[in-house]
Amino acid sequence: MADVAMLGARGARGRSPLPGLGLSLGITILWLSLIVLIPLAAVFVKSGSQGWHGFWDAAASPRALAAYKISFGAAAIAASINCVFGLLVAWVLVRYRFPGRRLLSAFIDLPFALPTAVAGIALTALYADTGIIGRFLEPAGVPIAYRPAGIIVALTFIGLPFVVRTVEPVLVNASSEIEEAALTLGATRLQTFGRVILPGIAPALATGFALAFARGAGEYGSVIFIAGNVPFKSEIAPLLIITQLEEYNYAGAAAIACVMLLISFAVLFLLNLLQHWQQKRGT
Amino acid sequence: MSAAGLREPLAARAALIVIAVAYVALMLLLPLGAVLFEALRGGWNAWWSAVTDTDARESIKLTLIVAAISVPLNTIFGIAAAWAIAKFDFRGKAALIALIELPFSVSPVVSGLVFVLLFGAQGWFGPWLQEHDIRIIFALPGLVLATLFVTFPFVARQLVPLMASQGRADEEAALTLGASGWQTFWRVTLPNIRFGLLYGVLLCNARAMGEFGAVSVVSGHIRGETNTMPLQVEALYNDYDFVAAFAVASLLTLLAIVTLVLKTLLEWRHRGELAARH
Repeated sequence: MADVAMLGARGARGRSPLPGLGLSLGITILWLSLIVLIPLAAVFVKSGSQGWHGFWDAAASPRALAAYKISFGAAAIAASINCVFGLLVAWVLVRYRFPGRRLLSAFIDLPFALPTAVAGIALTALYADTGIIGRFLEPAGVPIAYRPAGIIVALTFIGLPFVVRTVEPVLVNASSEIEEAALTLGATRLQTFGRVILPGIAPALATGFALAFARGAGEYGSVIFIAGNVPFKSEIAPLLIITQLEEYNYAGAAAIACVMLLISFAVLFLLNLLQHWQQKRGT
Repeated sequence: MSAAGLREPLAARAALIVIAVAYVALMLLLPLGAVLFEALRGGWNAWWSAVTDTDARESIKLTLIVAAISVPLNTIFGIAAAWAIAKFDFRGKAALIALIELPFSVSPVVSGLVFVLLFGAQGWFGPWLQEHDIRIIFALPGLVLATLFVTFPFVARQLVPLMASQGRADEEAALTLGASGWQTFWRVTLPNIRFGLLYGVLLCNARAMGEFGAVSVVSGHIRGETNTMPLQVEALYNDYDFVAAFAVASLLTLLAIVTLVLKTLLEWRHRGELAARH
């Protein structure tokens, strides 16, 4: 995302002789305000309408706290899993040549293209006790579906491309000279990876983690089918918002949404710092 | 250059490739296969009657209508935003870009909630809308608004880096030769960005047709009326009508596969023109 910011910022220098700044900027700001900014402001105004105590009661109720913990906890675990396998997949895609490599690469973006509800019912079909995978896991004592573990599986599915697509370009651009130097100085391949390559891609990996985490924490469609949705156990925060809405508790729903928005904005801010760090390191 | 020590031993390489392929097959390919398998479990006839069922047909129609309204609107916005951001200098540009990408970091459910807070029965404009008998929530306008919100950044984020990397020399030349602003845009800028634009529209459309969380909040779940395809999948699934749920889901899966294929083709054929993407 910061790539976009950086490119945009240095796009054109000096006074532009082109026409249409007023029109295009006008459309942009008008549309942005109508579709995004004013509606988002409604969340903050509505959650403030009940006073501080009302807000706090709704936003920090035990059930809400449990839901944040489940949403953000599962998102953190899934993003960690994706860091390991995402790095592995990115490494294989960039460094090795093998038949089917381009097909593998094309498939990585499936979670971006597949509607979340479809992913949700497909994963549930696979991991339920009658499913192809659940059939083996359930007797082995590792039940997945209708439990918090199911949430992690769904978020792992959703988050994989974020890590792969963030790490890939950095691995492509990493110079082999440093690796050669490490080799010359007597490092083994594993030492080189741990001490030379990994520190170089750490910012990208952290960015991928943050993107997958942010997406996972707010995810709804792929999770609700497989989660079981038991309050305090497997109820994610977005589901709790919907439950509040169905009870016509608009202010309560807005309060929880407000907390989620603030956390995702904080993650976004951290992400920008990370990308700044990444650019400064010149990778 | 290619010293043996710079590459992992063959066995290690083979093992890493096998693990990566196996992981992707297990995590991504298997769910895809599961949808198609479950959809055809009852045979082709059951599949056909499920996707041609009245409610299913209405949901397909609604999904197409919602996408047909929201994708062009966000495309026009995306082009305008990219023109302003990539071709001009002004203060606050970085902040503007961050605000445009904001919807990516908002939970889909919250994206729907914001419109309920504005236009719902107890929302700001709720009473006024009721007085004038205008339905936004639990009706088509709400579905379109929620879809507009979640697909907001797609085209813009594709075009901004592309147009910025192309600079404005071509446009300046056209203007010097006497072309008007619109002529320059239609004959110079648009041909330059067409594949990037197509790429952005493709991803925008996939999300618009597949969106679930945001539209779920504003839809009201009236079958045959306000259920889009993903919502119809949920409704059928909750009825334990699994074959029908997976049959409708298989259509969405087909959409995802077509999107992936077109996206991959664009990446292979026009790598140069999309290069500014990363």
